[in-house]
Amino acid sequence: MIEPIPYVIAITALNAIDSPGPGLAVIRALREGLGTGLRIIGLCYESLEPGIYLHGQVDKTYQIPYPTAGAGPLLERLQYVHEKEKLDLVIPNFDSELYNFIKISVDLNKLGIKTFLPSHKQLEIREKINLAKFGKKHNLLVPEDRIIFKADELEKVAADLGYPLVVKGKYYEASVVHTLEQASKAFSLLSVKWGLPVIAQKFVKGTEINIAALGDGKGNAISVIPMRKLYITDKGKAWAGVTLEDNTLLDLGRDFIKATHWKGGCELEIMKDAAGKLFIMEINPRFPAWVYLTAAAGQNQPAALVKMAFGELVEPFDSYQPGKMFVRYAWDHITDITEFQQISALGEL
Amino acid sequence: MKIKKNIATSENGFIFNPSTGDSFSSNPIGAEILLFMKSGKTSLEIKEIILENYEVEPAQLERDWEDWLLQLKDANLLDL
Repeated sequence: MIEPIPYVIAITALNAIDSPGPGLAVIRALREGLGTGLRIIGLCYESLEPGIYLHGQVDKTYQIPYPTAGAGPLLERLQYVHEKEKLDLVIPNFDSELYNFIKISVDLNKLGIKTFLPSHKQLEIREKINLAKFGKKHNLLVPEDRIIFKADELEKVAADLGYPLVVKGKYYEASVVHTLEQASKAFSLLSVKWGLPVIAQKFVKGTEINIAALGDGKGNAISVIPMRKLYITDKGKAWAGVTLEDNTLLDLGRDFIKATHWKGGCELEIMKDAAGKLFIMEINPRFPAWVYLTAAAGQNQPAALVKMAFGELVEPFDSYQPGKMFVRYAWDHITDITEFQQISALGEL
Repeated sequence: MKIKKNIATSENGFIFNPSTGDSFSSNPIGAEILLFMKSGKTSLEIKEIILENYEVEPAQLERDWEDWLLQLKDANLLDL
């Protein structure tokens, strides 16, 4: 039987949309792993993030300032939330908000709010613009890339790397292009949306596999779960996937955690080519949206993170179920316009 | 030729390779043969069982057997 633990935990990324944030999956795993005493406080950016309205999952939600507002306004807002809710822990789940959360983690700790996050340095080494260098340093395969600041660099880059070419935004989104015209168009769109530089990466054909991992910050991988995408949306997201049993993937996850001393959850996006080579395409510095599958397969990563955040010694998991599958679905949740009104006008619901 | 140890098979012919995430379905005779292979029977033993229970000429069985192994190899299900 699970003993109820009366923690109050704040969670971001409640946007369970077609490119979903991990928030609801993290909450589901925590509720399953930590019992009924848990109180979940949602932290949202927009009024239509579905998690806000799912009161069975999220007990109360507060709107927080966008990352571009900086760390100060975020801390101020969290102080307000803390006064109301007496937060024990906050788990941010968006790449773009992590910098600020890490920056204020010492202040949060002083308030009694724990975090379990990577450092700014750890965050930086896995950034898209640094990934190839990181791979080279630690003997991990990363497709060759070029960092581009001007569109007229594309022609030479395409000649070096060949087509098809993957043009990637600094933070999110990527396009596979086959001509210079397509490459220029992708460069313009991505640089306007996510800023400069843009990354051009050599295309690798293969099977898309993701690895969800949890590090203790001392070099130990507490959990590593590989998942093959079975159904991929037009945004490249896994809509269905299955856990795999493959020691080379587990070793890769462990090697990354060991090399970085990663603290917290992360996701390695892997391309396995026809020869079985494993290329790291991206490393996301937080739990993936499919993280509930880790709990379903026997390694509840979010619950293990909470235990470590509260100082518990957590031993690395040693087994999980391969062949455990998830299929995502869409559900029209019905609510009243007054709820929308309240979160929009007052910033809390 | 042995089938990989971790391959999951079911009586209705579903095959799952947990190393790659690939899944396949086979017909009833394929499912039966896979279960024999999983239980450790040799090619010779399996072929004897088939010849005993099905109306098939030995030469035809040999051809089908080669084809079957090729399919298993292509599907990355054999321990080579």
